[in-house]
Amino acid sequence: MTIEVRNLVKKFGSFAALDGVDLKVNDGELLALLGPSGSGKTTLLRIIAGLDWPDSGEVAFNGEDALAQGARERHVGFVFQHYALFRHMSVFENVAFGLRVQPRAVRKDEATIRRRVKELLDLVQLDWLADRYPSQLSGGQRQRIALARALAIEPRILLLDEPFGALDAKVRKELRKWLRSLHHEIHVTSIFVTHDQEEALEVANRVVVMDKGRIEQIGSPDEVYETPATAFVHGFIGESVELAVQVEGGVIRLGDRQLNLAADGLASGASKLFVRRHDMLVGPPGSGAFEGAVQHVRNFGPVQRTEVALSGGETIEIDAPRDRELRAGDTIGLEPRRYRIFANA
Amino acid sequence: MGLTLTWLSVIILLPLAGLFLKSLELSPEQFWNILSSRRTLNALRVSFGLAFAAACVNLVMGSIIVWALVRYRFPGRRLFDAIVDVPFALPTAVAGVALTALFAEKGWLGAPLAALGIKVAFTPVGIFVAMIFIGIPFVVRTVQPVLQDLDPEIEEAAGSLGASRWQTIIRVILPSLAPALLTGLALAFARAVGEYGSVIFIAGNLPNVSEIAPLLIVIRLSEFRCADATAIAAVMLVVSFVIIFAVNRLQRWAQNRVPAR
Repeated sequence: MTIEVRNLVKKFGSFAALDGVDLKVNDGELLALLGPSGSGKTTLLRIIAGLDWPDSGEVAFNGEDALAQGARERHVGFVFQHYALFRHMSVFENVAFGLRVQPRAVRKDEATIRRRVKELLDLVQLDWLADRYPSQLSGGQRQRIALARALAIEPRILLLDEPFGALDAKVRKELRKWLRSLHHEIHVTSIFVTHDQEEALEVANRVVVMDKGRIEQIGSPDEVYETPATAFVHGFIGESVELAVQVEGGVIRLGDRQLNLAADGLASGASKLFVRRHDMLVGPPGSGAFEGAVQHVRNFGPVQRTEVALSGGETIEIDAPRDRELRAGDTIGLEPRRYRIFANA
Repeated sequence: MGLTLTWLSVIILLPLAGLFLKSLELSPEQFWNILSSRRTLNALRVSFGLAFAAACVNLVMGSIIVWALVRYRFPGRRLFDAIVDVPFALPTAVAGVALTALFAEKGWLGAPLAALGIKVAFTPVGIFVAMIFIGIPFVVRTVQPVLQDLDPEIEEAAGSLGASRWQTIIRVILPSLAPALLTGLALAFARAVGEYGSVIFIAGNLPNVSEIAPLLIVIRLSEFRCADATAIAAVMLVVSFVIIFAVNRLQRWAQNRVPAR
């Protein structure tokens, strides 16, 4: 099933949750909608599910207009952040719900329903919990049951709204891996919403980065990390050193100092310089584009997270390798191995 | 702990025990004669029958009111929310006078109804109306917090799984509210059985037709037939107790299917 979204606009009062969104989702892919809260990602997901309606724009499934159908007809599996399990039903009945409410003409007989639910519980590896109630399960188990319930109706599309948002870090990591392998197994076109970049990069085939109701970039996890299209994407994904600079006729200035960095083809004006923390190479004083004094060092696994006060007064945080020990008070030179400059909007 | 128990005993258990002791002064035969008299039986029937009917009406209408108050935002919602409490707060005699004035043959509602041939005031229908009036807040106030707690997402989940609106209500919403609904029903019923003030004004109080049991107790007392009064009271107590107990069991059963979170 492909999904096509064209020029979608949705306003809540004067706030534009979606401000002209175009998106094409390929058959069988696992797509992440990534953005800070308020970026419109959940609104987009809910409109695709039929739980919300846009002010204008189109949504098509396999080329067919989906907005003409309600949530019930769209045959979309939806997984909620807070599970939305039916408290008064056992796990088994929760998963069976979608099969039991089918119109009489197509409803399966009891034996078939039982078999199907059993299969789904096996799929999410929780068949031993069939007789429990949702309140007796852990968060991770509840979310897997919610997923099994959504899959019961053999959805054409699977939509997940911050599926791991309410879980603790360790469970979240396990479930990420599990979701990816599950998708590998069943191959249904899936979209999941997250504000956690690590989650998006680890799980998805493609990542859609959103901000303020617009799509900033669409690309593979590598693309959005390695070649961010906008200042927002660079700042949001991965940890970066961010400096406000001035570009004038091929020269980059930080405050009143000229930086010894190439500025070919850059438009003049106020801009932002981004360097990944681990792309700042430490050298002796005077060796790089920047110079500064080490303020503070914390050992952080394989790196030393180092706070450096640049000579112009700005304080930045870099990740230096452990091979050369840094101490507070050292004066060092810094050379960005790679950097990107975006003109201010 | 000790204080609570003592207080409960003095306030609740002691009077109840006194009631039973008093009715023990009667021989079983006398007791039976009082109870099986036509007037007593009819009074009990009127009280319990109408109270139950009124509680059922309150259950349905109360649920609808709660739904509107919790799920919709409309101008004046807070005002309506406050108005629900009026039957709680209003002195019952005031309520009785107001209802009687309203439903009397020349009243605002009584006149058009009389034109249709329906007489409300001074008939059992009047008792029924008064019992609905005083019972409604019990249903609304017990169900309201539970419904507020019920995540609208479960309705969206049911819808996206293919359930129709009707299936969602029957299979998802009502079962989740069942314990609260039963509690509301029980409270409204108990209140209606015990209601005295508002009912006697509108009832007409014809023996065997529109005479409620609590009124009969008062009449017997004023006739200095104290034992008769306590006998009727004891029966009301036992029946009420049995019904409350039954509803309680039902509620426990409904709740057990939804273990506490």
